[in-house]
Amino acid sequence: MRGWPLLSILVFLPVAGAAVAAIVDRRREQAIRWTGLAASLLTLGVVLVIFERFAVGTPAVQFEERAVWIPAAGIAYHLGIDGISLPLVLLTTVIMPLALLSSWSSVGDRVKEFTVSMLVLETALLGTFLSLDLVLFYVFWDAVLIPMYFIIGLWGGPRRVYAAFKFILYTASGSALMLVAIIVLYLQSGPAGARTFDWLALREAPVAMPLQAWLFAAFALAFAIKVPLWPLHTWLPDAHTEAPTPGSVVLAAVLLKMGTYGFLRFLLPLFPEASRRFAPLLVTLAIIGILYGAAVSWAQRDMKRLVAMSSVSHLGFVTLGAFALTVEGLQGSLLQMVNHGISTGGLFLVVGVLYDRTHSRLLDDYGGVAALMPRFAAVATIVMLSSMALPGTNGFVGEFLILLGAFRAAPVYAVVAAGGVILSAVYLLWMYQRVMHGPVAVKERARVVELSRRELVLFVPLIALIFWIGLFPGALLSRSEASIRALVERVEAAR
Amino acid sequence: MLLILILALPLAGWLLNGLIGGRLTRRAVGLIGAGSVGLAFAAALLAAQQPAVADGWRVVLWDWIAAGSFSVRLGLLLDRLSAVMVLIVTGVGFLIHVYSAGYMREDPGYSRYFAYLNLFIASMLLLVLGDTLLALFVGWELVGLCSYLLIGFWFDRERAASAGRKAFVVNRIGDAAFLLGMILLALEAGTLELAPLARTAATIAPATVTVITLLLFAGATGKSAQLPLYTWLPDAMEGPTPVSALIHAATMVTAGVYMIARLHPLFARAEMTQTVVAVVGATTAFFAATIALVQWDLKRVLAYSTISQLGYMFLAMGLLAMPAGMFHLTTHAFFKALLFLAAGSVMHAMGGVIDLRRLGGLAGPLRWTMWGFLIGALALAGVPPFAGFFSKDLILEQAFERTQGSALLLVWGLGLLTAFVTAVYITRAAIMTFAPPAAHTGHAQRGHPHEAPSLMLWPMGALAVLSAAGGLLGSQVAGRPLLHSLEQFFTLEAHAAVAPATWLVLLTPAVGLLGIAAGYLLYRGRRQVALGWLGTFFERQWYLEPLYDRVIVGGSRWVGRMLADVVELRVIDGAVNGIGAAVGRAGRSVRAVQTGYVRNYAAAILAGTVLLLGYWLLLR
Repeated sequence: MRGWPLLSILVFLPVAGAAVAAIVDRRREQAIRWTGLAASLLTLGVVLVIFERFAVGTPAVQFEERAVWIPAAGIAYHLGIDGISLPLVLLTTVIMPLALLSSWSSVGDRVKEFTVSMLVLETALLGTFLSLDLVLFYVFWDAVLIPMYFIIGLWGGPRRVYAAFKFILYTASGSALMLVAIIVLYLQSGPAGARTFDWLALREAPVAMPLQAWLFAAFALAFAIKVPLWPLHTWLPDAHTEAPTPGSVVLAAVLLKMGTYGFLRFLLPLFPEASRRFAPLLVTLAIIGILYGAAVSWAQRDMKRLVAMSSVSHLGFVTLGAFALTVEGLQGSLLQMVNHGISTGGLFLVVGVLYDRTHSRLLDDYGGVAALMPRFAAVATIVMLSSMALPGTNGFVGEFLILLGAFRAAPVYAVVAAGGVILSAVYLLWMYQRVMHGPVAVKERARVVELSRRELVLFVPLIALIFWIGLFPGALLSRSEASIRALVERVEAAR
Repeated sequence: MLLILILALPLAGWLLNGLIGGRLTRRAVGLIGAGSVGLAFAAALLAAQQPAVADGWRVVLWDWIAAGSFSVRLGLLLDRLSAVMVLIVTGVGFLIHVYSAGYMREDPGYSRYFAYLNLFIASMLLLVLGDTLLALFVGWELVGLCSYLLIGFWFDRERAASAGRKAFVVNRIGDAAFLLGMILLALEAGTLELAPLARTAATIAPATVTVITLLLFAGATGKSAQLPLYTWLPDAMEGPTPVSALIHAATMVTAGVYMIARLHPLFARAEMTQTVVAVVGATTAFFAATIALVQWDLKRVLAYSTISQLGYMFLAMGLLAMPAGMFHLTTHAFFKALLFLAAGSVMHAMGGVIDLRRLGGLAGPLRWTMWGFLIGALALAGVPPFAGFFSKDLILEQAFERTQGSALLLVWGLGLLTAFVTAVYITRAAIMTFAPPAAHTGHAQRGHPHEAPSLMLWPMGALAVLSAAGGLLGSQVAGRPLLHSLEQFFTLEAHAAVAPATWLVLLTPAVGLLGIAAGYLLYRGRRQVALGWLGTFFERQWYLEPLYDRVIVGGSRWVGRMLADVVELRVIDGAVNGIGAAVGRAGRSVRAVQTGYVRNYAAAILAGTVLLLGYWLLLR
């Protein structure tokens, strides 16, 4: 397999799967579902090969592919993977098969369109994480919106149209500004004829300061909306709540990481000086988000809204780690992106399991579920503990490194953010008690039955990852260490 | 290997019972649960005799976290200090597992119970055996998790579920402080390994050491239920009684004391922290004892008693009388576990009744239980020759010696006062439970209370022996084996070992006996004495309880709702939708221009041309 364009195969395998699914007779729903699952599993297989062959200890971009695309405008088809994109690519390909599998019970109509949308979404996401040309990146970045718009708007809950509109308008207005900034970057990159959209080239010659700050702001706004950073987060609870279970899972687990990935891939290396200057601002917003998201979570009556608001809190930690601008903080931030994908994706699956049975998302409609579904209760406990960052689970390693890095940057950051450590226990245990404990009080009690075999299959890989990363985070941390170190050096060198 | 085995055995028990326990017979579940801890105890006994223990026997497991300049390995460390704890945890733990096999016999969640209990033992062993502060913290949080799971074991009861949640959240408050202290230590010392701490501690600035130790101690106030984070422990009594004995008396709650002992090189360099620890300990000891005086729930009496006794231990740690503190930790593990198991036996016999007003007259039917309770009570009250006498006496002696001539002598006074109150409340509890009901009340227990099965009696017997004779571990008669070993471990500046004055030695037991006499006079014939306004004051937990419930819990609840309902929906989302609506309105108003008539557009073009031309011609 040496010499194969592994990254291109990786990016376009899901779309190829979508093409196959599209020609299957739409009445053969099972066949379509299996096709989608098989395509996403094959994609995961490719990532595992890359993960295994990935060279540890070098910050260089690996498995690079470059092809001329629009030479007149300096646009190239340029893919590559390094320690920063590798964990996110792995996360994407792990989550996708699970999301597809969860759709088998939560999505009953237009199965073909749904499967195709999900696979197209996967290609767009992988392309976003692997592009090293700014135009190519932008194309994939915006391409993500389209399938996601349909997933929310067609298969969502009662207020799906409002939510889908809000989602696409909010995020698209952010990307519009980013596009302007990309073009300015291009125009600044050299004399006519030698201009480029290439990330590697742009990274070597950052633009001068006043302009750098403006470009930073444009990129930062687009990413901050995606994360979402407080107070730009209000599209998120609506989108999460209205999306069908697999949509919420992918949205939380992967789509939000596009923003935080953008911090690491573009903001810090392309605008190092502005990053340093504006770090306190972003950290402040992040910390407000940590506490605010947690407090608002606690007051929710709708489980999906609760989990959605908890994402604001968790992504606050990720942002805090990123703009602590220390190796520990950034390593924690990157790891926590993966961890949040696993734990919050898992939480949405947990809510999905309940919703499939009772068709309610309201805490008031539940009680004593643990007595009816003991195995499910155990699974939900583990997912909850991961989200709470209990030591032994994946969440702890990330949160600990973030707090360590933040403390090194400025103790006050860590001291205030530690409040989030307490609050996450408050709202998660609150939800857990309301749903699982107390006397049995559920609608349609007869339908609240123990996890099926298929549902158990959904959770087993997540639980394995929770403990694997919790106990042996070295496999991920060692692969990203060199890239993160180089990134921090780059930011520190720009003075 | 032996070290890993100690930890691996209960872990295996957890996995077995947790994954397939539902398909096993009760006998098998109980055998796995108790057997794994029993074997761990045997392994611990073997390991503790290895010569390597004297200098610290280390086993490195694997590299855990490495990022930037921070890296930490997972490993185990058995030295003189952790050996004491491992033996207590596995030894007392084994007895309580055996007891549980009888106590929980009828419970439908039998295998889940043993799975949790085994996980607890494994977590507690990680806490005491971890060779880095981070590993200790992992165990520290995991025992908290097990405590949550076991307090809320009967989760269909709302009260139990809420109590478990409260325990977790209150502990998390302390844990957040602990986490910050640990991070500061990691940044300052460059390592979280415990073995070289004595060396690295000297390199940190004294002010920083004070901050680190205060943060770590804040964590200890959560885990060990000291002021101000004690509130979860009384509620934790909602859990099964053997759990209260194991976790909330003998082992987990002592983790804070152990942590200070473990980090003594740090605490020895932070004088301000020492004062804080001693004062908090002494105050908590007295505070909790007064509350224990007015509780009607037997288990709550014991819970406040535990908080109070932990206060003694912190008093000792704060004065750097660390061997004495660890000695009291040991004897307390024996007699408090015994008291709880006896209380469990009472509940078992009375069909769950635990209200002192509804007990009484159990001396006959529960003869063995009563003797167990009385031995535990005498040990708690500090009556010689029972175990508690030796350790409590030692703490108060050393407190007097070390604070003599300073304002800190007050903590000694508080300790002595607490000894008196302790004797009073435990006498009251004993009378209320076992004395025959007064004739005029005509109140007799319903049903036919029966003595516990032998599976429950044997562990109580063993603990009774330990509570009666455990003082030998620190008494001159037997050569003070425990104290001798610990004194070699703690490398603190040597206090001249002068024999304490005779009056000082006699003071503690005298106060204890006085308390018992006072308790007898007050409560004889099961009289219900209310203590007037003072009683109300104690009952409301010195008015800390309403402060917590209304101001802190209610206040934060209100803030959460305000943010969610007003700030989130009206302000932030209102602004977003407002912008959207404004754009929409602007679009609608401009739409009027788009009429679709060519003549209108032609007119507009003409007007524009005229304006432009006018500009060019006239103004340029």
